Amino acid sequence: MKRQLLSGPYLIWMGLFTVIPLVIVLYYAFTDSLTGSFTLKNIASLGTYLPIFLRSVWLSLLSALICLVVGYPVAWTIAQAKPSHQRFFYLLVMLPMCISFLLRTLAWVSLLEDTGIINRLLGSVGIGPLKLMRNNGAVILGMVYNYLPYMIMPLYTVIMKIDPRLIEAAQDLGCDSAQVFRKVTLPLSLPGIVSGLTMVFVPAVSTFYISQKLGGTGSTLIGDVIESQFKAAYNPNLGAALSLALMVLVLICVAVMNRFTGDDESVATL
Amino acid sequence: MNRTLRVMGSRLLLLCLALCLLFSGCSRTDTPAQSSGKTTINVYNWGQYISDGTDGYLDVNKAFTEETGIEVNYITYDSNETMYTKLKTGGSSYDVIVPSDYMVARLISEDMLLPLNYDNIPNAQYIMPAYRGMAHDPKDTYSVPYTWGCTGIIYNTKYVDEADVGSWDLLWNEKYSGKILMFDNPRDAFGVAEFCLGYDVNTSNEQELRACADLLKQQKPLIQAYVMDQIYQSMEHEEAWIGVYYAGDFIQMQWENEDLAFCFPEEGFNLFVDALCIPKSCQNKDAAEAYINFLCRPDICGQNMDYLGYSVPIEGATEYMDPEMVANPVAYPDDATLARGQAFLNLPAETSQKMDSLWLEVKTGGSGSHVLIYGIIGVVLVIVILALVLISRKKKLKKRRAMYQDK
Repeated sequence: MKRQLLSGPYLIWMGLFTVIPLVIVLYYAFTDSLTGSFTLKNIASLGTYLPIFLRSVWLSLLSALICLVVGYPVAWTIAQAKPSHQRFFYLLVMLPMCISFLLRTLAWVSLLEDTGIINRLLGSVGIGPLKLMRNNGAVILGMVYNYLPYMIMPLYTVIMKIDPRLIEAAQDLGCDSAQVFRKVTLPLSLPGIVSGLTMVFVPAVSTFYISQKLGGTGSTLIGDVIESQFKAAYNPNLGAALSLALMVLVLICVAVMNRFTGDDESVATL
Repeated sequence: MNRTLRVMGSRLLLLCLALCLLFSGCSRTDTPAQSSGKTTINVYNWGQYISDGTDGYLDVNKAFTEETGIEVNYITYDSNETMYTKLKTGGSSYDVIVPSDYMVARLISEDMLLPLNYDNIPNAQYIMPAYRGMAHDPKDTYSVPYTWGCTGIIYNTKYVDEADVGSWDLLWNEKYSGKILMFDNPRDAFGVAEFCLGYDVNTSNEQELRACADLLKQQKPLIQAYVMDQIYQSMEHEEAWIGVYYAGDFIQMQWENEDLAFCFPEEGFNLFVDALCIPKSCQNKDAAEAYINFLCRPDICGQNMDYLGYSVPIEGATEYMDPEMVANPVAYPDDATLARGQAFLNLPAETSQKMDSLWLEVKTGGSGSHVLIYGIIGVVLVIVILALVLISRKKKLKKRRAMYQDK
């Protein structure tokens, strides 16, 4: 009983700043912006934004997968290094996160734009300005760059905890290195993969800044639409309905991902 | 030699420390007096819209504080709509705001402004007759003009063929695809489309608005980005070649890049007045009126506009300005050009909302084929996920069966 009391402060915090705002979001999603009366208009209009929802899911899913492919070898290498080196490598992975997310994205803009650093270098050797940004590829690049640490961290933690004796046992029993990886290391790091995918996917699917800076006029994401409704269009009702739909979408995606870890393993998701 | 250097170094360090202590001591003794005696006003203005002391120009806010002792907390926004939303959602109090004409009218109609007390604004006598009693505030009850100006096309003479310039069509010219910047607010963007199609800029006709939205959708693939004040960077660094923005800002941009030029499109353009108003959330009306009065003073207005490049609505202010600026045809176009200008009026709430939702449609809608592609991707994704879930279930069942058989 006493132990439960200790979680009180957090529960109060959550009630004030998570539950009550959620109720407000619900309220706005089901009211009319001009009259304030109950309406299903906002929810009904969500269908028009389906392509944008799909685009957001598609781009963030792709970036989550790229993060996995790029991040897994990194996490594995760090986990195999000497403990003293491990701390250093870990710091290196975390280092970019010490700089503001907005600044890092803006830095990519000045690298990639038509008159940017890369294109000027290319221009000096006679390669004409390439269209490096204002497309979906640049948005994925921005997402991968910004959220890669979220993938490496859980992977590293899980891989580090794998008992080396299990790998030795597999080798003793005649597995080659590919089989060891496929039959032992990969299944044991599955919880890390799932939580890494979730930790990249969830912020990526709701991002708005990256797509505004690196994307073109055709790569608007759902986060951009929500932002515009609250910031300039003064239609918090539609914004709330969109946020609600996004939340449901994220919950479904997380639930699906969690299915892969099976029931007996405990998963450290968000 | 080495030793003397080291001694000198340590002495310098000591000196610095001492100075630091001295200054921190000073500021500490100063603060209580400041906080007890001084009032602060929150001024909510457009970005890049006051002379702030750069390049040796007057720092207006500092001069105001020196003269009156009132501190200015200066905050900026990037469009009328952003400012409106901020006021509407509440939670923050502003003492002076600077909306454009149509937004002034909207704020008045929604009862969000306080009437001005002209006893506190004696400098209002200098307002030019042409800028008194305008359509957005017929009795000047709520607003005092700050600047006026025009919108138009800014282009880079290095890349843009002079023969293509002259009409709004330039913004739809495929030759410059990917190098065009467009307004990132519905009213200005629809205004451009309305001029192109020859509609009234204050139309409430839904069909006309829809036609404008279609025109803007056609333009979308050619657009590099929808921007507001980011246009400065893009145009100055030649990342973009063509943009549409306000004349005063063009003059500031031209200081940085001399290849830029401005065009008043032949179909007509928006002629706007930005006005100083006091919103209902004002905490200190007397101080806010003192600030408005200060900005209307001819010498302050003149020096302010000398930097801003926007046009002066105050009599006698031009005497304090650089004659070259006063003669600038972009800031002060001739009467024949001005005759093509049209003012935005307040639109009914339903029309505004219609415009907002059409604007959202323009900005978010893709072409038809894209929708289909994303639809297919979505369906494929769902099928793959379902298949994976089913496979993992089957595997588990097999495992369990195997376990039972072992036992």
